[in-house]
Amino acid sequence: MFQITRKQELAKGTIVRFDILAPKIAKKAKAGQFIILRVNETGERIPMTIADKDEFAGIITIIFQVVGKTTALMRSLKEGDFIRDVAGPLGRPAEVEKIGTVLMVGGGTGVAILYHVAKAFKEAGNYVISIIGAREKDLVILENEMDFISDELVVTTDDGSYGYRGFVTQPLEKYLEERYDIKLIYSIGPIIMMKNVCAITKKYNIPTIVSLNPIMIDGTGMCGGCRVKIDGKIKFACVDGPDFDGQLVDFNELSKRNSIYLKDEKDCLLFSIK
Amino acid sequence: MLDQDVRYLKYKTFLNTYCPYCRQSFNVEEKDKKVIVFNANFNGSALKLKLSPFLDVFEVESSIPIEKNEILTELECPYCKKSLIKPEMRCGECGSQVGEVIISTHDKLIPFYLCLRYGCEWHGLSKSDERKIKLKIPRQEMPEQDQKLRTANHQEVPYGYTSELALLEAGRCLQCKKPECVLGCPVNIDIPEFVRLIAEEKFDEAVKKIKERNVLPAICGRVCPQENQCEETCILGVKDEPVAIGNLERFVADWERKMDLVKIPKIKQKLNKKIAVIGSGPAGLTVAADLQQLGYSVTIFEAFHETGGVLTYGIPEFRLPKSIVHFEINYMKEMGVRVELNHVIGKIITVDELLENFDAVFIGVGAGLPKFMNIDGESLGNVFSANEYLTRMNLMKAYKFPEYDTPKPKGTRVAIIGGGNVVMDCARTAIRTGSAEVIIVYRRSRSELPARHEEVRHAEEEGVKFRLLTNPVKFLGTDSNTLKAMECIKMELAEPDESGRRKPIPIEGSNFIIDVDMAVVAIGNSANPIIFQTTPDIKLNKWGYIIVNPDTNETSKEFVYAGGDIVTGSATVIQAMGAGRIAANAIHKKLSNMNGKRIN
Repeated sequence: MFQITRKQELAKGTIVRFDILAPKIAKKAKAGQFIILRVNETGERIPMTIADKDEFAGIITIIFQVVGKTTALMRSLKEGDFIRDVAGPLGRPAEVEKIGTVLMVGGGTGVAILYHVAKAFKEAGNYVISIIGAREKDLVILENEMDFISDELVVTTDDGSYGYRGFVTQPLEKYLEERYDIKLIYSIGPIIMMKNVCAITKKYNIPTIVSLNPIMIDGTGMCGGCRVKIDGKIKFACVDGPDFDGQLVDFNELSKRNSIYLKDEKDCLLFSIK
Repeated sequence: MLDQDVRYLKYKTFLNTYCPYCRQSFNVEEKDKKVIVFNANFNGSALKLKLSPFLDVFEVESSIPIEKNEILTELECPYCKKSLIKPEMRCGECGSQVGEVIISTHDKLIPFYLCLRYGCEWHGLSKSDERKIKLKIPRQEMPEQDQKLRTANHQEVPYGYTSELALLEAGRCLQCKKPECVLGCPVNIDIPEFVRLIAEEKFDEAVKKIKERNVLPAICGRVCPQENQCEETCILGVKDEPVAIGNLERFVADWERKMDLVKIPKIKQKLNKKIAVIGSGPAGLTVAADLQQLGYSVTIFEAFHETGGVLTYGIPEFRLPKSIVHFEINYMKEMGVRVELNHVIGKIITVDELLENFDAVFIGVGAGLPKFMNIDGESLGNVFSANEYLTRMNLMKAYKFPEYDTPKPKGTRVAIIGGGNVVMDCARTAIRTGSAEVIIVYRRSRSELPARHEEVRHAEEEGVKFRLLTNPVKFLGTDSNTLKAMECIKMELAEPDESGRRKPIPIEGSNFIIDVDMAVVAIGNSANPIIFQTTPDIKLNKWGYIIVNPDTNETSKEFVYAGGDIVTGSATVIQAMGAGRIAANAIHKKLSNMNGKRIN
């Protein structure tokens, strides 16, 4: 059993942040890794990227968007409540080293994961430029945190209600035009956003890493549910990833696979409301 | 003839009985039961002696009251009136006179003796004839759930033997001097001995005998492929059906559990040495049980939220009830084995870190990285690996969706690709979750199916169809990216290759389409790399499996042992247990021979 030590609702309550007491995991967790959790006996196993950790307090942080039954159930939990199972840290950590200037691009809840990676790059001594996007002002998350660890920060909203009006790809293209010292781009967010980011960076021939979040059950390579096509070959996001070279990812197939269980999610949510 | 040369025929064997002289049959139908009728004589009065052909009821019919212990003075054939008394022989129990009749077995006629004292049930045949009579008992099948009913539930299909059936079956064993069955068993259980104990109704001693070599008999009795192991080498199998060793193993293990006779063994000494076991599947459980019993402190690290490994996530409820797996694991916990769930070793703790705190480490993590065919459309919705399908159904209990949250994969027409036990498990699970048609697609022919015969038979009985000599080449999807059909090609078998199996070759231009809306790819697993990502000094072979010393199962890293599928690739439960046994012995030997402690 793993206790929730702190709960915080972000973005009008559609995005929630949990601090979970899991000292062994906190000790090992690195940026880019994830956990698999199961809320209760009848629950699903769902992957959650570790958004932050405090090794000394023994705490890991997860930030999730309420989309289905499990995440709705998780939002109903209070500080002090327990999560039945937490396994991790899983996946390969992001490869963080001092390389100069890095550009971090995140969208939606992806910003939560981006924060952990951006922080690691900053701590490694890089010059960090961050671009984070959301649909509207209220959905922008972790702006202060990102600002704190970034040397430059651009916030975009699709409707222009805050910051730069438009998608994250526009400031990205501007940076790539103006700066010649960007060594690496790291992108986390909706599949369509990562796909567009990769399409742009390809023109400039700059290495681009994306973090994928496909369907997953066990998170240890066993089920193969998280299979993605990388350079035409089947890879498992949980053991070979979740980070991959964005230019090699078959995004079309990934978005098709991720749409498969949407109907089941709805069925399950309806059942739980009944 | 001395009485030790005459063997007592204890079991309820049906016999056809004849007069040794006129060869007329004594068997008479009387009301509902068959009886053997002789003319007998007691103190000069005529009697009718009745004996059931199962040889367990002596009855004497007469108007003269006859006391127990009184001896018949004459026994004759009701047809030719010749005396059946054998004056040179005596009853093995009371020394009274015996009569001789003839019984038939497999075209052979064998003399058979019975005591003439009323009340004494001694009867027997000579030792040299015993083998012939045993062949007469057919192999006993386990009673099973009705074929129609069972496809609508997830309960276990065979009910297991009753004591009567077990006694009958155990009585078939010839007690060979050089038992071939023991050599066929990966953990060398003393099979003739435990079967003999069952035959003598000493069930508790029988189960103890098995447990000397195998800690999980209730599980192995259910899932071992006995027809390729102990039962394959059974001498009876040459002309007839082999002894049902697996069914007997299952019977005594279940009997012990149901009678609540399972006792936690006393651990003689505490060794103050710690062992880490990675993975709670069959290999890990064997190592844990063996070493805990020897006095070590064992901790099992399990990656999932439930213990049992493949026994829990892989094998379905109707083949191996989870209550049995839980029972066995609870037994180990009561023995003192510690279990740490949700621990993915290599991630939360590395093997090197374990070695700082434990004297030895055993890796029994299984293969667990599903293989795909690498054909078009494999990433479509409703195309699953067998691992994913079974994990959802068994570990996550998706068959109870939406009571359980994990969505249940479902299809109306389902194709399962492959030919092993896992394929049968998937197919039978699909039948039970309401699929109208389930088709197994296998590229070789029926005789090459690697699954257990019982599983194939059960699958067929439940309505699973087989498309043999067929291989998928492409999955076709709908607009919403879920599966709608599968393109296949017909295969033919060429000459056997080096492995001895006939190689399947596609027949060009024979492509055809099967309409299916769900497919499960069950063509095996490759090695899981998680542990080795953080422990590069464990040597692996070219397929990613661990290289071990076959005598000790020690890896290239000292004090680290391995066994099961992560060494051999996909194999059986009992082979994994055999590997665990070798490692446990080697760990004990190595740690016992060391001076002082390895760690503090």
